[in-house]
Amino acid sequence: MAKIQEDRILDARGLLCPMPVVKAAKEIKVLEPGQVLKILATDRGSIADMPAWAEDTGNELLEWHEEGDHLVYYVRRGEDE
Amino acid sequence: MLDELKLGGVTEEDVRRIVREELERARRRDAAAQKAAIIASKGTLDFAYPPLILATTAAASGMEAHVFFTFYGLDIVRKDFERKLRVSPLGNPAMPMPLPIPSLVQALPGMGPAATALLKAKFRGKNVATIRELLDSALELGVHLIACEMTMEVFGYDRDEFLEGVEFGGAAAFLSQARRAHVTLFV
Repeated sequence: MAKIQEDRILDARGLLCPMPVVKAAKEIKVLEPGQVLKILATDRGSIADMPAWAEDTGNELLEWHEEGDHLVYYVRRGEDE
Repeated sequence: MLDELKLGGVTEEDVRRIVREELERARRRDAAAQKAAIIASKGTLDFAYPPLILATTAAASGMEAHVFFTFYGLDIVRKDFERKLRVSPLGNPAMPMPLPIPSLVQALPGMGPAATALLKAKFRGKNVATIRELLDSALELGVHLIACEMTMEVFGYDRDEFLEGVEFGGAAAFLSQARRAHVTLFV
């Protein structure tokens, strides 16, 4: 799979629910629609929370995977409704 | 069944996709799906977390969130919440203690503060957000924090004893939001 190029990185490692999602919501607003936010997290709950948050907010979770001791998410900002 | 319906080259997969998209569109148009109304009625540290976590997450997910603080829940949004919000080991068999402590001993002076310090240390150790951080996030995300006027009157609490940004209202104000919200919770 081609490497996704992010426009901004949110390091949410060490944070627990609800902070990864709360911070992601804040950070994604800084981006333009179509731009990509890369999120680093260690909260295992985020595996369920990030897809749910992305879907509910009209943003697109492009891909996620585990990298060593943390999780990596790529979320593309959706169009404003 | 559906695969027998070959309407102008429309496949079962197309039909399912169209239905899914239409449902999603309907959900987005449903204003009540975008609103949460939560009651916070408990004034202990452990019960302060769920309403604030859910309200901040709701707001972070694009919902309009209202938390109505009533009875002991008022203490969550008072300026002195850090002194007021504690945990009690009494009557809580699930309270994690380093070693089993009989209830009679738990009733002794100093045990409540000890349990509070223990829970705070556990939370800090795991890097759980503090109540202050959650309140800050809630206000930043536009969560409506509403203090119940009736219980304020009963407890003798003044408006200026509450955090900046707190709103004030009654049962009708809460219900007016709750009747328009799919998510309503009593904590």
